[in-house]
Parts: sequence; C-alpha cells; structure tokens
Amino acid sequence: MQPPRPRTQREVVPAEHPSGDPRFALIDRTLKRFRFQQDALIEVLHTAQEAFGFLEEDLLLYVARQLKLPPSWVYGVATFYHFFSLKPQGEHNCIVCMGTACYVRRAAEIVAALQDAYGIEAGHTTPDGKFSLNTARCLGSCGLAPVLIVDGEVLGRETPESTLAAVNAAVAGMSPARVAVTSNGAEEEVDLP
Amino acid sequence: MNRADLQTMAQREQEKQGKYRCRLLCCASTPCLSSGGAAVQQALEDAIKEQDANAEVAVVSTGCMGPCSRGPVVTVQIQGENDVYYENVTPEAARQIVADHALNGQPVQEKLLPSDLPFFAKQTKVVLSNSGLIDPERLEDYVARGGYLALAYALREMSPEDVCTEISKSGLRGRGGAGYPSGLKWDLVRKAPDDKKYVVANGDEGDPGAYMDRTLMESDPHRVLEGMAIAGYAVGADQGFIYVRGEYPVAAKRLERAIRAAERRGLLGSRVLDSSFSFRIDIRIGAGAFVCGEETALMASIMGRRGQPVPRPPYPAQSGLWGHPTLINNVETFGNIVPIIEHGADWYAAIGTEKSKGTKIFALAGKVENTGLIEVPMGITLREIVFDIGGGIPDGREFKAAQTGGPSGGCIPAQFLDTKVDYESLKALGSIMGSGGLIVMDDQSCMPDVAKFFMEFCMDESCGKCVPCRVGTVQMYRILQRITDGSATRQDLQNLEELCTMVRETSLCGLGQSAPNPVMSTLRYFREEYEDHINRRTCEAGVCEMTEVPVLELVEELPRRIRAAAIRNQ
Repeated sequence: MQPPRPRTQREVVPAEHPSGDPRFALIDRTLKRFRFQQDALIEVLHTAQEAFGFLEEDLLLYVARQLKLPPSWVYGVATFYHFFSLKPQGEHNCIVCMGTACYVRRAAEIVAALQDAYGIEAGHTTPDGKFSLNTARCLGSCGLAPVLIVDGEVLGRETPESTLAAVNAAVAGMSPARVAVTSNGAEEEVDLP
Repeated sequence: MNRADLQTMAQREQEKQGKYRCRLLCCASTPCLSSGGAAVQQALEDAIKEQDANAEVAVVSTGCMGPCSRGPVVTVQIQGENDVYYENVTPEAARQIVADHALNGQPVQEKLLPSDLPFFAKQTKVVLSNSGLIDPERLEDYVARGGYLALAYALREMSPEDVCTEISKSGLRGRGGAGYPSGLKWDLVRKAPDDKKYVVANGDEGDPGAYMDRTLMESDPHRVLEGMAIAGYAVGADQGFIYVRGEYPVAAKRLERAIRAAERRGLLGSRVLDSSFSFRIDIRIGAGAFVCGEETALMASIMGRRGQPVPRPPYPAQSGLWGHPTLINNVETFGNIVPIIEHGADWYAAIGTEKSKGTKIFALAGKVENTGLIEVPMGITLREIVFDIGGGIPDGREFKAAQTGGPSGGCIPAQFLDTKVDYESLKALGSIMGSGGLIVMDDQSCMPDVAKFFMEFCMDESCGKCVPCRVGTVQMYRILQRITDGSATRQDLQNLEELCTMVRETSLCGLGQSAPNPVMSTLRYFREEYEDHINRRTCEAGVCEMTEVPVLELVEELPRRIRAAAIRNQ
C-alpha cells in the first residue's frame, strides 16, 4: 500500500531532525507523548501546524515516516479537515464568521468588502503575504453577530466599514515603519496590494 | 480522596467564600470578553484595591451568565440579598459598582438589568445551574456547590444497573438532536460483552449558530467530566474521550485543566474516590469537519482518520472505537446526568412534556432583542422563547421564521409560534430539535436564500463518501443559485423537489439524509416566495439581486444587455 520512495537522509535518522530546526522537537515531543501511535495523527498534525503555521509537504512526509503511515494517508487526513492549511498564511489574518446568525445579520457584505479592498478571495493570502482572509463555519459567539477575528482578537457587531478600518489598522499597525509615516490616519494611508 | 474528604473540601471552600460580604462575579466567556470583559474585571480588582476592601469584596471570573448581547455582564452577590445583574459594564461603571453597590449597598441604576426580566424569569436552569456562578478553572468552586457528590453517591450506593435504570426512568433523551433515549443506549453498552469499553462525549458542535456545548464546557467543565465518569461506571468503561471542536481553544484548555485538577484529587484516574472504579478522560481536538458530529465519523476522527461515516449497524454500542462497545452522547446529555443522580429520576421527569423530559439549552440568536444562551423546560412555546425571553424583534419589524436544528433543521413560520417545543412537535413541523441553535429571522430574510445558505454549507461539508450527498447537494445548490439569481424555470423547482426526496432517502449518514430539510421546510411554508422568484423574478425581502434570466429568454435579453453596455461605455 505504500509506494516505494527514495530514501532521504532525514528518513534514515528519524530521532533528530537533521535540519536542526528546533520546531521539529515540538513534533517529536507530541509523537513521544502518544508513543508513536498511528491514531494520534490528528494530534501530531495539530502540533505541526501550531509550530510551523502551515503543513508543507516535507512536514507531512516527516509525520508519515515517524508514524509509519503511507504519505497518502497523512495527506488525505490533512486535506480532509478544514483546520489544516497546506499553504502559508499571511502575516495578518481576518477570519469572518459565516454562521447562521452572522448570515442573518449580513456577514456576506463584510466578506465582499474585504475581498474588494484586498483583491483576494476568501481563503487566500495577498501576493505579498501580508494578509489572509478566511471564513469560519461558526465562531460560537452568535450573540455578537456578525463576528470576526482580526489577528486573534474577537470583534463583534461589525459593519463592512468598521471591519475594513480594523483590518487596515491591523495590517498597518503591526509594522512600525508604516505607522510612523502615516501616524495621522494610518487607516487610509495603507497602500493596498 | 474519599467522600468525607470531598465534603471537607466543600465545607472549607464554603467557609472561605462566606468570609466575603460581597462577591462580584464577572463573566469571562468569549462573548463578554470580546466586548471588553477583561478590562472590566481589571477595573473591579483595581477599585477594590484602591478602596482597601480586599477582605470583604472578592472578584470571581465565571462562565456564561446568559444575556450575551448585553455583555460584559457583572453579577453582585451580597450575603442575604438577591443577586443583582449589571449589563454593558464599562471600566468606569465597574469602579462605580464597587464604590456604590459593593461597599455602600446602593445599586448603580443606569446599568442595572431588571431582575424580573422575562429573560431570567422564564428560564429553568438545570444543566446550567452552576454556569455564571462558579469559576470554571477552580475545582473547589465546583465542589463547594455539591460537585462530585453525585459520582460519590453513584459509586457507593448504586450498582451500574441501577444507574442505567435511573437514567431510563428520568426519560432523558439525547441532546445531540435525534433524541434517542439515553437510558436505553447506556443499557445496550452495559450489556455488551467486552472487557474494554469507551465513553465518548461529543463536543463537536458544528451547527452554525449553536454554542451550547461550548458554553457548558467553558463554564462548568467538571459537570461534563462528572457526568462522563458516572456513565463510565454505569456501562463499565475505564476510558473516556471528549471530542472538542478545534474552533474552541478556550473550552479545550479549561477541560484540560479540569481533568488534571480532578486527577490530582483522585476524582478521576485510577481508583476514583477510593473505589475500585478507574476512569481516565482524554481530550481529542477536532480539526474542523461538520460531518464529525455524526457518531461513526466522530469515532473515525478520534482514531486519527478521515472523518467519514460508516454504515450502521453495527452501532457504536456494539462495535465502536477500535471495535469495542462505545457510548457516545452529546456534551449536554452528560451535563444532565449529575442533576438526575442528585435529585432523582422522578424530580427530573416532572420537568418537560410527556415524551420529552427535562430542559433544553438554546442559543438564541439572529434578529431578536436579547440574544444569548437560555435554558428552558421542554414544552415551552416558541412564542415565549422569541417574544418573552428574546424580547421580540428589534426595529419594529415582523417575525418571519425561526430556524432550529442548523443545516439539518428547518424554518418554522409565524403561524406555528404557539407550538410546544419538544422532539415530536418540531419533527412534525419539518424541523428538528437539533443541538439547540435557534435563529430568529425577520421579514428582511429571503427564504430561498436561507435554503441556499444551508445547502452551500452541506455541499462544502459533505465528506464525499456516498454519491447522493456528494453530487445531490451540489445539484440542489446550483438550482437554488439559479432561483436566487433569477434564471430558474418551473422545471427547476420540480427537479429540486425530486432531488430533495432522493438525497433524503438514499444518503449514508445523517448529514445527507437531513441536508434537504431546510429546502423542504421552506418550500412547505414559503412556496410562494420560490414562485415569485421564478415567475415574477422578484425577491420581496430584497436580498436576491435577480440579475440573470432563464436560458430560453437569453435570446431577447442579450441584445438588451449589449445596448445597455454600449450606453454605459459612451
């Protein structure tokens, strides 16, 4: 069931990652905690995504090798679940809730406004890697609909305008140089990709 | 730790809490935090320090108190007086509350939430009885309110068979949506001949618009754990899993802490409460797949595989996790176990209707004045929920429909507002109880568009294993898209109805079987809206833009468009 693959150096020495990347140690710790059980695949992928931000192909192969699972199996699981991302995420992100309560309170208009402003579809990252726009099934804060998360901060009762202002501020505010230039009105001065 | 130690611990904590003349409970659940709850708590603490009142006033961060749209919420508990609630508390108001109310007994009028508000008066808190009153991160708080005594009682005084009988007698039914009698399920697992069994709590609350399980896990994690331990004792399992949605990191963190605290005190783990019963609970974090709410898919996910369902039978009660008998219940179902053991099955069976016992937690959201989390007895009418507890529709608009059960449920129109809410009557109306999302819609919601929204959800979430669901949902979505953009024909409507029946009858799991529900229920009650969209190409709610025309009319439409474009370009 496992197609033969050329052996790389990493596969020969599974105990320590030869790249010396300390983040692999985090994965190894989870692997050990679950005693290399194949059933722990999702937990290991969670750790890997937390450490690396996204699951690149190398990483999936590493996990497959360590758990002695076919790479296709690992790839299948990683692509089945929405939570795992196989592409790098932007520096800043905005997750818009698309649950029913938010839908009834017109969250779609917020997504449309962000898509227009940044020229990307939901689920994508701007070419310069600065901003990712994502949608979520439900963030479970329906009392505050429409809800969104900008860089980890939950914002409730948003409108397209307020969201755009918050996102622009986040994208601009985090880079000090840009803020210094546009200290009065950072929101408007951001050059959009 | 044994039962006596548990009581000592409770007593000590009660004494400690009794030392404070006044306790300020500050909601620290997600909705309140996102409207500034952390700053409010900081302000309360600072104000107490400034006033040098640390000895008589205490600040406690608690779980959800319910009225999420009015957050941040603060409760003032003064000994010998009724609790007083404050809404929309700001840091300034917090300082005033400390100075005027906590220290001088003068309530701050502006932010006061009237205590006779129907929002509170109409609720019956059974599962959420601790929520908003205890610090979910402290085991002592839970024990002080009688926590783990039910487990101690069950272990000492009841045989596993007794526990199952008690649950059967209480009439508790699964809170995940389908309403299967819990006692029956427990008994099936108990009788299954195997020496390894599992208990699984389903906390993969995928329905958009529902957050009951999250709140329960965040506000009162020990209650869920205790319920699971009692279940483990009843069915003879020594390992439990609690499957938490990946989107709920706070719930997972609090459960993790709760498990560790309980294990340290000997309330979980090996030899629970010095008995011969051992029970370990592990957390599994979901990774975002709606289908994992289906029990066989959930088990696949716990075993690290793709969350694809398998045909039943064999039911999990016979062959579940790794082939062993497995008891799967919703988190809220486990939340009901402690009160049943504590107060007895008869007490519990007295709440609710003849066939649906107990209470149900609903996440009330959408176009209502008071959104939030409510717990009501079964058999309450929809009108009471929407207009009394919910406070009616804002901006003087008209109620159009209430959506229950998420993507597997349906829309209930205004003429059925006086229906009693229980499993059977909701089913008769073409909806389901579901996990408890209740979204209110006003006349600005377009029903075909609502159906399209849910169909898009099911289309994205279909796991792709069986053809009717994988292909059928896409086709239904396309038809609904045509209806909402104006290019549908009468034939489309007929096809849609046929597809609904086909997908419902032939899909493998609950996701596919219930995916047509939103379409069927809106077709049943709001057929004229579909017909308006098709025949007159109008959308009364003003949601759909209707920019397309049916294919056969394109011949006439195209020259018109070309002319319009030419005019625009000039």
